[in-house]
Parts: sequence; structure tokens; C-alpha cells
Amino acid sequence: MATRVLVPSGVLGLGFDRQALARGVAMNPDIICIDGGSTDSGPFSLGTSTSKYSRAGCKAEWADLMKARHQLQVPLLIGSCGTCGADDMVDWMFQITEELALELGQTLKVALLYSEQNTDSIVDKLHTGQCHALEPVIELDEKTIRNCSHIVALAGAEQIQSAIESGADIILAGRATDTAAICAMPIMRGEHVGAAWHGAKIAECGALCSTNPISGVILLDIDQHGFTVQPMAVDARCTAHSVSAHMLYENSDPNLLYEPGGTLDVTQAQYEQLDDRSVRVTGSTWHEAEKYTVKLEAACRTGFQCSIIAVLRDKRYVNNAQLWVDQLSAFLKTEIHNSLQLTDNDYSLEFRLIGVNSVLGDLENKPSDATEVGVLGIITANSNELTEELAKLINPFLLHYPLSQNESLPTFSFPYSPAHSQRGELYEFCMNHVIELEHPMDAFRLHIKQVGQHEAQ
Amino acid sequence: MRFDCISNKWVNMKLNELVTNVRSKNAGPFWITIDVFCGSDTAYDTLNKLLSTAYVAAIYKQPATAMKRFELPELNVLKFSFPRPVVQGSRYDRDMHGAQYSVLLAELELPGDVGNQ
Repeated sequence: MATRVLVPSGVLGLGFDRQALARGVAMNPDIICIDGGSTDSGPFSLGTSTSKYSRAGCKAEWADLMKARHQLQVPLLIGSCGTCGADDMVDWMFQITEELALELGQTLKVALLYSEQNTDSIVDKLHTGQCHALEPVIELDEKTIRNCSHIVALAGAEQIQSAIESGADIILAGRATDTAAICAMPIMRGEHVGAAWHGAKIAECGALCSTNPISGVILLDIDQHGFTVQPMAVDARCTAHSVSAHMLYENSDPNLLYEPGGTLDVTQAQYEQLDDRSVRVTGSTWHEAEKYTVKLEAACRTGFQCSIIAVLRDKRYVNNAQLWVDQLSAFLKTEIHNSLQLTDNDYSLEFRLIGVNSVLGDLENKPSDATEVGVLGIITANSNELTEELAKLINPFLLHYPLSQNESLPTFSFPYSPAHSQRGELYEFCMNHVIELEHPMDAFRLHIKQVGQHEAQ
Repeated sequence: MRFDCISNKWVNMKLNELVTNVRSKNAGPFWITIDVFCGSDTAYDTLNKLLSTAYVAAIYKQPATAMKRFELPELNVLKFSFPRPVVQGSRYDRDMHGAQYSVLLAELELPGDVGNQ
């Protein structure tokens, strides 16, 4: 007996090939699993507890998955709801599910798994030595913990299993590891643990492990010896190379994957091309950890930002952009000090030269041969009012500052009015830690709700 | 070296002319990981000798001790991972997804004897 998992895409909101989904449904999977989040877009989503993807886009895709689930009568599971997996985002996904249940005429049992942590419990873990730093070590103290706007713990297979065991039709999980959502049911049903985690890692980005990444849909068969993976799009193929190479993706170690409760080790894994489209993998192992830990993610607000952009097209300025911006920065520092009595600690002003080195900074090793240079000014301070005041102070100089004193006043290009844009709050990831748990559910909460036509009664 | 038909000259090869693909990405908010898909045993052997830990660390201005290096001969892949010089999305980060770090390896000019058949 094998457990068959259908993975429609790497993340809800990214889109998938509807025909490939239909083919996947025809294969009678035991569960449909999709990921809803990632830290990849940065700390803003977690900082503000908002989704990166549009609600309408997520709802349209979720509608198709709810229809597929209804047809199959198997669980539909999403991990890391609303990009960051904070509690608000589980509720956001629940609201979408509730609306769709009524629109589609479905009556459903929904499990909500919450991953958000309260600051007191994390402070307590820190003081009792149950909070450990990972490499690279980020300093963590009580003040930092209390400054976080949201802290989530990444659920592993055990917490997802608790949600599946509730018998829910739909499982909305808060932050969870990408892999846990996929491997939870196979492990629960006694399949090979190493194969379940490894298969989950290969399928977690959908068809990225195939030759046609944007087609999305992947089918995973996990049994007691290994797993088989195949794409559902007609023109996609999984090859031994595309599958084994995916273990490297977004993973700092090509052979090990650290997960709640243990480590996946693929050093001895064997990849066998079964046919033109599918790959069989055996030999992956799971090493259970001595202590059960879950990883934390946290974001704290570190200021407010405003940006301003000017474009240089005059050849002399383009060729001397760095010199110009260095002179301008020195001038502005004095100007800001004189006008607003601010020192370096009160704000930061950084100019990035788009067309010169804005991406790589001091790692850039190529001279620019740009026709024009964008000068992106990024202002950071402790309030929106102050960043705006700074932007307005900078504005005329960014527009007119001359390279030398003996020349007529230049005027550069501002692309719009006003030239500055409020960017609002700036957040930063401020934890790279795990906490020890006595029982996997200790830091998580499971709620069961009913939605659909019976709801109003 | 290879003969460049446009300039009519022999030129040193760039790393991306020798390999199938070079990609970089965040591995979580605190790490950058770079995968060099060499595409053949020959390219793998050449780059395995050339891309020492210290050499790659210098390109990224990192201490060699911070650079992790993995050899995967069965995939013809060399992999490098290092702590992000700035945490993803923090004030001074310039590349949210870390995907442009790969360019420095992709555009690396190889020694004159590489690519001579």
C-alpha cells in the first residue's frame, strides 16, 4: 500500500495548470497538499501579518482545489497560510474557505492549526535554556523578543498529523515547514519515514522538480521502501537529475534537511528513472533528534522608510555617478544636521545607483557602461513624518546638485510627482532559533469548525 | 579559450559558457546558497580544481571559514553556502531573494587553458 499525495503547485497564489490538476485528481490521491507561504519575499508579511498574494487569486485557486477535494472526498491541506502563517492568516484562509463553502454548496469540517507564539512563552524558553541559536548566530535577548510584532513556530509532521486525525475535510495550518504538510499523512499511515520527508522536499515546490516548472502539479507515491514522483502536465518530465537536483534548492546543505524532531539524510539515496516521466527514489534516511525542537521565525519593526528616485541621463553625470553621489551625500549630511539637528543615529540615508552597482554593492566587479543611471534614495528613520520631512529636504538637492561649483545648475529627471514615496514600516527577521518542546503540540493550537449550509442553523 | 567570431580573437571563456546553469537563492533569511551545475564530468573536474573554498570566498568577500563547499560528482554539481552578508530584507539588503549573487560566479573569467580541446 502506498500513500498518494497530490501537490498542485509550490504555493497557493502562484497558479497551476488546470488540466494537469484534473489529471492528478483522476489518479485518486489520498490527500491534496499545497503550501501557502515562505520567508522568501522578506519579513514584511510576518511583520504585518498579511498575505503577499492577492486574496482574489488565492480564492480562485482554492475554489478549484475545494472542488477537487469534494470530488475525491479526501483531505485538502494548506500549510503556512497567507505567506507568513501567523494566526490572522489562518483566519484569513478560513474566511475564504467559509465563503467558498457557501458559494459551492459544500458542508465541511475545517481544522485550524495555529502556530503563533506569545512573547512570554518565548522569553520563558530563553530564560530556561530551552531556546537555542542556529548558525549564523543572531543575538537574542528579552527586549528583542518583546519587540517582535509576530513570532511563529514552524510546525512539523506531528502537529499536522493532529489536525488530520481530527477527521477534518480541510486543514488550514499556520506556519509549518514546507515538507511537513506533505509528509504528515504518509508517515501517519506507516510509510517509510525517510522516503516521506525526502519525497516531500522534492514535491514542495510543485513541478520545480520537473522539466516544466510552471505547470505546477506533481504526484507523489510514498510507500514503505521509497517514493515515486511524476508530474501531471503532459509535457513535463521528472528525470533522475531534475529530482535529485531539487534537494539542493534553497537548502544550504545538499544532503541534510533539518526538520522538527529530526534530520533527513539523503547521502545514500538512489534515483532510478522508471520511465520517461517518473523517478523512483530509495535509500533516504531519517535521524530522530534527541530533543524535539521547532524553529522560530520572528519579525520586528526597525523603522519607517521613504524612497526617492532621480534619473541621470547627462553623460558627464552618468560617467561620474559615484563621485556625484558621494559629494551629494556628504553635503546632505551637513544640511540635515543643520536643518533638523539629526545625527547619524537618528536616520539613515542611502543612495543606490541603478545601472552601476545597486544589486551587488561593493561585490560588483564590472564597470558600468550604462546610458542612464537611476539614483534610488532610501531614507530610514523612526516615524513616517520624519522620513517624509527628510525626503522633502533632500528633494531639491537630488534634483539640482552640481558636480562642480563653476557650472550652471543641472536638473535631473524625476519620474513622478511627488518624487518621494512613503514605504511605511520596515521589518527585519530577528530570530534564527529553535525551541525545545516536551510534546509537539505544546506550542500549537488546534481548533475545529464547521462551515457551509448548516452553519446558519 | 574559445574563438570569438565577432571580435575575431581568441578569448578566455566565462564560467557560464562552460556549465549548464549557475543559480543562487536564499536558504532561509540567513543563508545564501549557490549551485553550479557543471553539466559534464570534464567541466566538473575543471571547476572542482579551480573553485576552491578560498577562491570563491574571496569573490564574495567572505572569510574562507564561513564558506561551506560541497562536491556532488554524481550530479556534476558544486555547491557553496555562506551566511548572508546582510540578513534578508533588512535595511541594507539589496537582493531580497539572493538570486543575483550567482552572477559573480557565472561571469567569472576562466584561465586561458580552460576550454582548449
